Amino acid sequence: MNILEVEGLRVSYSLDGDRHLQAVGGIDFRLGKGEIMGIAGESGCGKTTTVNAIMRILPPSARSEGRIMLEGKDLLSLAEKEMRKVRWGEVSIIFQDAQEALNPIQTVERQIAEPLVVHRGLDKREAVKRARELLELVGVKAERGSDYPHQLSGGMKQRGVIAMALACRAKLVIADEPTTALDVMVQAQILNLLRDLQSEYSLSLIYISHNLSVLSELCERITIMYAGDIVEIAPTEELFERPQHPYTIKLLEAIPTIAGSSAGRLATIPGSTPRLVDPEFECRFYDRCSEGTPECLEGVPPLVEVRSDHYAACFKREGIEEKDGSK
Amino acid sequence: MAQSSLIEVEDLRVYFPTITGLAAYFREQKYVRAVDEISFSISRGEIFSLVGESGCGKTSTGLATLKLLDEVEGSVRFDGVEILELNGARMRKMRERIQMIFQDPYESLNPRMNVEQIVSEPLKIHGRDFDLGRIRTALKEANLAPDRFLEKYPYELSGGERQRVAIAAALILEPEFLVLDEPVSNLDVSIKAEVLNLFLDLKEELGLTYLFITHDLADTFYLSDDIAVMYLGKIVESGGKDMIKENPLHPYTKALLSVVPTPGTGDGEEKIILEGDVPDPIDLPSGCRFNPRCPQKIGPICEEKSPEPKEIEKGHLVACHLYDD
Repeated sequence: MNILEVEGLRVSYSLDGDRHLQAVGGIDFRLGKGEIMGIAGESGCGKTTTVNAIMRILPPSARSEGRIMLEGKDLLSLAEKEMRKVRWGEVSIIFQDAQEALNPIQTVERQIAEPLVVHRGLDKREAVKRARELLELVGVKAERGSDYPHQLSGGMKQRGVIAMALACRAKLVIADEPTTALDVMVQAQILNLLRDLQSEYSLSLIYISHNLSVLSELCERITIMYAGDIVEIAPTEELFERPQHPYTIKLLEAIPTIAGSSAGRLATIPGSTPRLVDPEFECRFYDRCSEGTPECLEGVPPLVEVRSDHYAACFKREGIEEKDGSK
Repeated sequence: MAQSSLIEVEDLRVYFPTITGLAAYFREQKYVRAVDEISFSISRGEIFSLVGESGCGKTSTGLATLKLLDEVEGSVRFDGVEILELNGARMRKMRERIQMIFQDPYESLNPRMNVEQIVSEPLKIHGRDFDLGRIRTALKEANLAPDRFLEKYPYELSGGERQRVAIAAALILEPEFLVLDEPVSNLDVSIKAEVLNLFLDLKEELGLTYLFITHDLADTFYLSDDIAVMYLGKIVESGGKDMIKENPLHPYTKALLSVVPTPGTGDGEEKIILEGDVPDPIDLPSGCRFNPRCPQKIGPICEEKSPEPKEIEKGHLVACHLYDD
């Protein structure tokens, strides 16, 4: 049972003249109920644009096409008034920078209470009481709720933001780099918290990070994006053991690890990411790929199932199942 | 060992006053003890890492070794010369041999200068002649094709290219020692690998010595020879990279190593997740600074006495009462 099905999502910004910048190039993915899926990729790959399109919080110059089905309801076709109920009520988001996500001149408990007043119609006193319970749930003492954001540490602020995202029992929670600005010990605390909350409330969670190591600790499946496209989706273990797309393979070899520290040099990927303005209709990784051949320029490779539940968008990987005869 | 030490830091202290201006006359002065009595030495050609979480004092230590802070006490000897006692002109001469790379290449490059001007500026500051050949060499050393980049402005460059321009500008004076303050923290994975590899190449080709400051343990283990782990202004453990990796001794080091995310499906080892946050650096815990969060606290001694660094095996020091005799 899927809670979210994204079909052919394309996000573009129109620039001066007839040119347009394609931030997301027609992607498909699904999220199972109670599943944690990671989206990884480097700056500008479209991961944040994708989730902001789901929340419909992109700037007005952006145009989203395709379908974003949240339990059968297409979010892209909702009127803004309807969408306002969906935001925080059904889908909530945890941003990277808790300092900026919180209002500096309002106490934390008031901020957590706000969506409860707006979406659940609680009166203020009830909502604040519930906010304090939520703070306890995410590991912050209830009395700290009457503090202002600047009085809390970075980790506590991020816990506050998580409490806010959970306040209305959203069906889908999106976390956009929620631990990137935090120290490694605080990151471990937050990952633990999300894991506990997920198993207790069977949250459906999309977790965005540029850090594949973090995703591998939390997610059941990982999606890799490159230049606005999904290039690979696979269960976590499968992705690390049998990466298929040349970009994923290189990306994994470029990560420094504690265990592999003495083994040789890190891999690098020559060149840089392609321009997103008026992109060519071809494989966008071609210029940097060590396996590319002229037919890679004949179109954008589709995302196809190359092994069981393992999808890759590479002409060189199509039909590998027949070759190695396994399923 | 002693004959080849390029940098020797002894009993280094950086105390920042919390009350400044007129109020300092009326109220009791309190200090943030950002760095408190730390000692270490770096051999020529070595990569020495200071690793720790925000506020542990690693950046203050780096700045102190370059005499870029006023509130420094103790001793920093570079090639036998006490740099904390050098005056303006002599320190400027010394700075030709010591350079620094900062974290954010978006802020460390002047947006109004092109690459040629950025890279040549140190020559101007140090009263040397403009030398295009030397500029081209520095760019090549930083893996940038001179013809493509000389005329470019920072806004035309990617993050990785910017950081390499900063590296070229640091190399132009042919320094011996580089302080790298989180040089790859703002870079994407594939670009980060490129820059880390560049540091290794430069070390081999030019015989450079580095002080590498980072919060990222995986980067530390990739790059370093020796590692010092800092917590709240103190070095809690130091030693060769393999000693720290294979045989971490301090409870903080153990916890820190256990929570570093590993790619793949995890290493199966149990995580030691410390509760709460790092305490307030103005109001430090008594005794061992790690005692309120320590999972292996042994008793009152941890609250009473600050542990001294003790050599457990050759070159491997730990400051923890667990290892008292």
